[in-house]
Amino acid sequence: MKRTGAEIILDSLVAHGVHTVFGYPGGACLPLYDALYHYQDRLNHILVRHEQGAAFAADGYARASGDVGVCIATSGPGVTNLVTGIAGAHMDSVPVVALTGQVPRNLLGTDGFQETDATGVMLPVTKHNWLVLNAEELPRVMEEAFYIANTGRKGPVQVDVPKDVFLEEVEFDGFPPPNIVGYNPEEGTQPDPTLVRDAAEVIHGAEKPIILAGHGIHYSGAYEELLAFAEKANIPVITTLHGVSSFPESHELSFGMVGMHGNIYANWAVDRADLLISLGMRFDDRVTGRLEDFATGARIIHVDIDPAEIGKNVATDVGIVADLKPTIRAMIDEIDQLDHTPWVEQIREWREEHPSLAIRETDIVLPQWVIRQIYHITNGEAVVVTDVGQAQMWAAQHFWYDRRNTFFSSGGLGAMGYAFPAAIGVKYARPNEQVWCIIGDGGFQMTLQDLAVVKEHNVDVKIAIINNNHLGMIRQWQTLFYDSRFISAKLENPDFVKLAEAYGLPGLRASTKADVLKVLKEAEKIPGPVVLDLVVDEVEKVYPMVPAGSSLAETIEGDAVEEARYA
Amino acid sequence: MRHVLIADVEDHPGVLNRIASLFRKRGYNIESLAVGHSHRPGISRMTIVVAEDHKESIQVARQLEKLIEVVSVTDVTEQRHVSREMALAKIAAPEMKRTEILQLANVYRAQVVDVSPGSIILEITGDEDKIDSFVEIIRPYGILELSRTGEVAMVRGRAMPAPAVLAQEGPAA
Repeated sequence: MKRTGAEIILDSLVAHGVHTVFGYPGGACLPLYDALYHYQDRLNHILVRHEQGAAFAADGYARASGDVGVCIATSGPGVTNLVTGIAGAHMDSVPVVALTGQVPRNLLGTDGFQETDATGVMLPVTKHNWLVLNAEELPRVMEEAFYIANTGRKGPVQVDVPKDVFLEEVEFDGFPPPNIVGYNPEEGTQPDPTLVRDAAEVIHGAEKPIILAGHGIHYSGAYEELLAFAEKANIPVITTLHGVSSFPESHELSFGMVGMHGNIYANWAVDRADLLISLGMRFDDRVTGRLEDFATGARIIHVDIDPAEIGKNVATDVGIVADLKPTIRAMIDEIDQLDHTPWVEQIREWREEHPSLAIRETDIVLPQWVIRQIYHITNGEAVVVTDVGQAQMWAAQHFWYDRRNTFFSSGGLGAMGYAFPAAIGVKYARPNEQVWCIIGDGGFQMTLQDLAVVKEHNVDVKIAIINNNHLGMIRQWQTLFYDSRFISAKLENPDFVKLAEAYGLPGLRASTKADVLKVLKEAEKIPGPVVLDLVVDEVEKVYPMVPAGSSLAETIEGDAVEEARYA
Repeated sequence: MRHVLIADVEDHPGVLNRIASLFRKRGYNIESLAVGHSHRPGISRMTIVVAEDHKESIQVARQLEKLIEVVSVTDVTEQRHVSREMALAKIAAPEMKRTEILQLANVYRAQVVDVSPGSIILEITGDEDKIDSFVEIIRPYGILELSRTGEVAMVRGRAMPAPAVLAQEGPAA
């Protein structure tokens, strides 16, 4: 059968169950769009208003669906605009296929119009990428692209296709199964039984163990296993930022998040533990604080799908390279029913004495309180997509996540502007769930042009702007570490309500507690997207906090100035 | 300390770029890198000498293995292996010094590959130490140009198993 390069690509998307793609056309990928014209019954193309939004949306779609997200951009500026989103997917191991147009083959390397070394630019931020110089390679490349993106330690891939390769007609007889000599992800999925026994032995010898659950729980779908393991071994569970919503936070063994803005009792528990069972996480500096002083008294069991993560940042006592699901299962079989009541009680005591998540009583609209109200109004059933900065941390801390895989955030890269386009992707992946985008006034202005997208397709995303008229985290750091020399922290903001209206969307503003409750209820009832301008206190800081370069033991709870304000 | 890694990689355009990019972004120190065809069609063999300690060299190997086009990586530092490097040295050789230089070349089993008025080119093969020592010996005569290949290495005896099995740590107990 004769097929063009573009048709082979689109057939591949359909064959992999992709139903929605996010993209932006341009000269070099017009032939792909022309082919897409005939696939509209099978493939829903969402025209974003900036390519960065396409990459973020594909990322959100992938995380929320468990499938591969797909974004499309043209050559030159199209592909460079994708870079931030793809770099984020790379840092957070999100399976994304980026399809990019390239100048025709005869112009390659000539500095042609809208030519950029697209595979060169993307190389360090993708798991793999290809420049396809012949349409005959496309069946193999597309198959490998999906396979590499969605296996092993997942990640984004890029397929760069010259304009004339889209048009090239070749004989097509189906997609060959991937056969890559240097890539065998199945080999590393089952745990070595000896190491599992070693781990069990270490667990049996521990008195103050902690489970550190990370992003890997979501990717492995090891929710049941984590729960059963924690319960059988009676071990407190603390999550990383990406581990949020991997373990029910109302569970008696849950102590929330660790790290720079982790709960003080969680940080102390990790600091004083004699064993860390680290599941699908990578000891990022935002988790460990000062590395030399991280959990100095603890032995470490580290399970990860990526061999390079074992021993990368911290020395490991038992390192297991495997998929979490079978590994935790094997560990459950190998361990006895354990009882760590004194240790669990100790952490509970710390929590009672230092309730990191308590919200002060005041008439001031505290951002933490706003997040808590979103939790209550949605009965805790919302899927939360956050941006980066203060609002991200408050959303991680003050919304309680009992439902699996309901918290999405740009963690590793920390890309402002992520939340809103990502929320669009999340909504397409989970159309029947309430999706709330919790974002700062700074971050929203980085990608708000996709208001046109939610209007056009009536994408029901509730956009809650936690508006403190500042780059809040910048202000917080300038207050704490730069003697309050504020520069470029204050934002002269547009009228977000009018802005929403300009895009044809409802916009609601609240600047008192009563109004916040009112507009949240109203937003819930609106069957479509809505922009909420929630004006909050300008100077509130995120606490607890581990100042950069400090250890978890040095977590600070708050400051005297603030306590005085609310006394 | 220096570690010698042998990496078999798919012979694709850009693979060297990926490896160079990895070393650059993670700040690994390369002492030398030699690459050429291997005995297997479509597979090139690289010998990479890194100036890193043991822990870091494990990281280098694991990060290299993550590259899709890298088929296998083996750290042969602790294994019985041979390694060779080649150098071409153009030496100032006025007639009166020529015999002296040729005698030294003979001691090192260096080959004369070119004789021109006033200079000769010597080719020498050996491990790094031998070449270092040769270079020091001929330096007083005046080295006009020096070109070294970087090391290629091979494990002695049996054929090297294809993909390296990961060294996993057991309990510290």
